[in-house]
Amino acid sequence: MAEQGTLILDKAGVRRALTRIAHEIIERNKGVENVALVGIRSGGDDLAKLLARQIAAIENIEVPLGTIDITMYRDDLDSRGSKPIGKTEIPFSLDDMKIVLVDDVLFTGRTIRAAMDALMDLGRPRAIQLSVLIDRGHRELPIRPDFVGRNLPTAINEKIDVVFDGERNPLEVRLIKS
Amino acid sequence: MAFNHKHILGTEYLSREDIQLILDTAESFREINTRSIKKVPTLRGKTIINAFFENSTRTRLSFEIAGKRLSADTVNISGSASSVTKGETLEDTARNIEVMHPDIIVIRHGHSGAPHYLAERLNCSVINAGDGAHEHPSQALLDILTMRQHKGKIDGLKVAIVGDIAHSRVVRSNLYALNKMGADVHLAGPGTMMPSGIERLGATVHYDIRAAVKDADVVMMLRIQLERQGMTLLPTLREYARFFGLNDDVLKLAKADAIVMHPGPMNRGVEISSAVADGPQNVILGQVENGVAVRMALLYLVSGGEQAVE
Repeated sequence: MAEQGTLILDKAGVRRALTRIAHEIIERNKGVENVALVGIRSGGDDLAKLLARQIAAIENIEVPLGTIDITMYRDDLDSRGSKPIGKTEIPFSLDDMKIVLVDDVLFTGRTIRAAMDALMDLGRPRAIQLSVLIDRGHRELPIRPDFVGRNLPTAINEKIDVVFDGERNPLEVRLIKS
Repeated sequence: MAFNHKHILGTEYLSREDIQLILDTAESFREINTRSIKKVPTLRGKTIINAFFENSTRTRLSFEIAGKRLSADTVNISGSASSVTKGETLEDTARNIEVMHPDIIVIRHGHSGAPHYLAERLNCSVINAGDGAHEHPSQALLDILTMRQHKGKIDGLKVAIVGDIAHSRVVRSNLYALNKMGADVHLAGPGTMMPSGIERLGATVHYDIRAAVKDADVVMMLRIQLERQGMTLLPTLREYARFFGLNDDVLKLAKADAIVMHPGPMNRGVEISSAVADGPQNVILGQVENGVAVRMALLYLVSGGEQAVE
């Protein structure tokens, strides 16, 4: 599977994109005071871990890190059926924090809508920002990312595959034509 | 991985994989019950009817809270306060409920098979919350979730179940489910309360509580229905407590880290001594707590279950 399609970002490309995003998060928030990262399962949680490591390398501060599962907040239970529900683990208070949501691919925006609702049920963040590795367009909701690794215009029936290795480190990003 | 059951009629019909998925889903839902805002929008717009034609506190409350935490609208009807007392048949009651378009009916009924009867006739999902002496699947699932939390696994556990085996739907649901999960089930009870042939469901039968409890990882005591006292099944409660009650001396025969379970409501001093019921090995309230999460998992999984059939 991983061999198919067009290579969009290789391992170094993913790393450079994340390094740039880490710098942008620090710049936008004037440091990382009260900043926390929340990765969306699955894919976003692994990227959030890497972003936190990058931020720590630059600022020497470990930002709080959480993961969120949005299955309970989906709007397609009737059409897609019951998906297995993963764990939400946010070991810190969201109140008055600036939360950077991290996802791998931004598409319709429905996942982000669900993730924002899920965050609001857990606390009252001061702000929510959005970081994605790939923005592939085709939004169905008024949602736009604050930090983007790569803007990639796609056809609706194409697929973006973010490939991870056994240790859940991103290897590459591929565009699969159907 | 996909769950393809529209109804939960018994653990007899669930596979090992289904049970694992239910337990994993319940674990994920447990987190919601400890939040300050204990509600997620998962089942928004769904209507759940809790039809309890037999008395229940725990199960009904647990199902109702589970539905509400998932944002479903839950409505309760009870046998004593419904048209059943005016002579309406189950089928007529069900048809009347159906035209109000519920999505899920949770039913408890004194007759074995009542949930199956409804499942064949109604379009909505049916969840069995206890039917006669047949099955009580959500109880067995919460029992097994509790065992898994304390023991880390079910495979290879020795589980002793003691009491009125003949009249217990909890036993039957646990037998089906525990065997699928690889446990070694031992039953004990008076001969009058031990149905012949029960070992064919996968159990070793004892008539001495000590033999069943010896080296057990889990000891599950069943409620003795007090109204059976004086009938031919059971001479006196004192005699029952002496021969089949769980006290500190009997519990010492089990493994040192064995857990003590009871589906409730307990008769202290009859099937279980207060010292054991409140002792360090009891996980009885943990079972009740897990009940809400397990029932949330069942409501969630049947809601998407029909579509998952592909």
